[in-house]
Amino acid sequence: MSILVGRETRLVVQGITGREGEFHSRAMLDYGTRIVAGVTPNKGGQQALDGQVPVFDTVAEAVRKTAANTSCIYVPAAGAPDAIEEAAAAGIATIFCITEGIPALDMLKAVEVVRAAGARLIGPNCPGATSPGRAKVGIIPGSVHREGGAGVVSRSGTLTYEAVQAMTDAGIGQSTCVGIGGDPIIGTTFLDILKLFAADPETNAIVLIGEIGGSAEEEAAAWAAEHLRDVPMAAFIAGRTAPEGRRMGHAGAIISGGSGSAADKIAALEAAGIRVAGSPTEIPAILRAAGYRD
Amino acid sequence: MKIQEADAKSLLVEQGLPVPGWEVVRSAQEARQAAERAFAGGASLVVIKAQVLVGGRGKAGGVKVAPDADAAEAAARAILALEIKGIPVRKLLVGPAADIVREYYLGAIVDRVSRRIVVMASAEGGVEIEEVAKVNPGAIHRLEAHAHLGLLDWQARQLAFAVGLGGAHLKDFVLIAKGLVTTMLANDADLVEVNPLAVVRETAPDGTTLERLACLDAKITLDDSALFRHPALEALRDLDEEDPVDRQAREEGINFIKLDGSIGCMVNGAGLAMTTMDLVKRAGGEPANFLDIGGGARADKVAAAMRLILADPQVTAILVNIFGGITRGDEVARGLIEARAVQARDVPMVVRIVGTNAAEAATLLEANHFATASSLDDAAAKAVAAAQAAAIAASTAATGRGPGQ
Repeated sequence: MSILVGRETRLVVQGITGREGEFHSRAMLDYGTRIVAGVTPNKGGQQALDGQVPVFDTVAEAVRKTAANTSCIYVPAAGAPDAIEEAAAAGIATIFCITEGIPALDMLKAVEVVRAAGARLIGPNCPGATSPGRAKVGIIPGSVHREGGAGVVSRSGTLTYEAVQAMTDAGIGQSTCVGIGGDPIIGTTFLDILKLFAADPETNAIVLIGEIGGSAEEEAAAWAAEHLRDVPMAAFIAGRTAPEGRRMGHAGAIISGGSGSAADKIAALEAAGIRVAGSPTEIPAILRAAGYRD
Repeated sequence: MKIQEADAKSLLVEQGLPVPGWEVVRSAQEARQAAERAFAGGASLVVIKAQVLVGGRGKAGGVKVAPDADAAEAAARAILALEIKGIPVRKLLVGPAADIVREYYLGAIVDRVSRRIVVMASAEGGVEIEEVAKVNPGAIHRLEAHAHLGLLDWQARQLAFAVGLGGAHLKDFVLIAKGLVTTMLANDADLVEVNPLAVVRETAPDGTTLERLACLDAKITLDDSALFRHPALEALRDLDEEDPVDRQAREEGINFIKLDGSIGCMVNGAGLAMTTMDLVKRAGGEPANFLDIGGGARADKVAAAMRLILADPQVTAILVNIFGGITRGDEVARGLIEARAVQARDVPMVVRIVGTNAAEAATLLEANHFATASSLDDAAAKAVAAAQAAAIAASTAATGRGPGQ
């Protein structure tokens, strides 16, 4: 198995004819992801990626003709919430939104639509997810991975690559790596992903990579303390040196009103029995000390 | 983006909310004239408030009331001489002072946990809501508004009764609470706060008094990601209060936050940029900045980032950490080479580039004699060592003697 993406993934790429969409679709195809369709309004009937992928005008048509079940969105911020809503309305079960810079109120509305449709949204402002050896959806470089049993969930992009590379170098492969996104309003939280990993028979260890802002790490820690006692875990929290009241690049990475600090999150994780690495390179050793076996 | 109280009040007035009149002035003389107009309009007291984008104005002496024009001018002069949390006061709000019967809190936020608009009300108004949340969390009543529907009448009534504003003030409270959410939706705000919302006593010319609700203070934070569709709101950015370096970074499209240390950091990705700062600190150094050049950054952006870092005279060493995904390592290396050729001063630099096109980057860096590092931990250690060596060299130059002599 694996979670969210795998051999059963039939991907439709929204914005496939754009610069980003085309570039990353090529990388996904090279990795082995089954891209069954692309969507760009008014470009229906064309072929993308040198004739490998048919383009449709609407997601509904793509779903009807190709049985797409997963979507990946590379549409610019002004149009991305609409793309999310279109995917949800078309019956797509898992929607990844890579786009950065979507207004928060637009996301509140999109999340309501996704909820009503019973779909799952990952992101926005996220790098996507990879199940090594099976499929990758999004922008994570395929080269950092190795097949294995550790699940990785992170709010970050390049920091995730750094941590995953450290695991791969140390011989710890991954079942699925998921970037949930750096925005304040995201579709899927740490807690949601922990529950998916807990139910996945092939995931036998979990790495959580958080950062300052909000309280999602604390919520995840509280749940893990109760439900993941037997699962080897390690965590990393970015932003120990971040000043209060400033947005650190990610719209969601801000310590405000004294809450959301790295110290609070580290304390919550440690209290849940999850060791927090001082550097991403320490993650493999912490996993092994927590009982991870290759 | 934070906006000034007076601008926030204007946005509330646009949605039909009751806000007592005000003027914004920049000198004690103008404050006097504004006060005279308020007294002529029937006010018995005027209030003079510093317009700065930081909290705690009252405690810092930035809010005063005055019974006559002389006192108003003196108060304005005193406030204009203040610096509040490092911000010099340049502007004042002057208006009739309300006769306050009772103060309440009313606020709307974009809530990341429920992923809805959360509207909060409390009968403990006029004090910081974070303080109420700590001391008496039960005094804050919250409910969720749907982003498509806004706050519904029954929800607003529920809040009104919860804080004891039923009866004569019910209708007005419902209008104000719904107006707060409308203000949020109309302007893409992520926070709209009225504190205090007050029951105020007003005396009519015939001597009769009546009590009504009024928004006496307003705080609004706008969503930076939505400013592209609100050109009029972009004009509310207070350039007086924006640090010139922050402004330059914003105009270059670079995520940059200045800190107090000596090691300049250039990184791709926000999470990795924070991590790089943390590892500098862990290796015994102090980061000079947070800097995320973003995904897919090209050579010219790298050069612009380098200018921002070097503009800080405290920077004595630079750490470049790039994990190439969308970003191509060789592009960054080329940018560094170009930047170094024209940069104003020579600062030791440690470069670590991994991921996409890392091998091409390594060849370029080696040919141009850059100090490189393979792991992030190693890079941080080398940058800290370089900063420490620079500090020793500087103290040697200052005393004219080397260490141990």
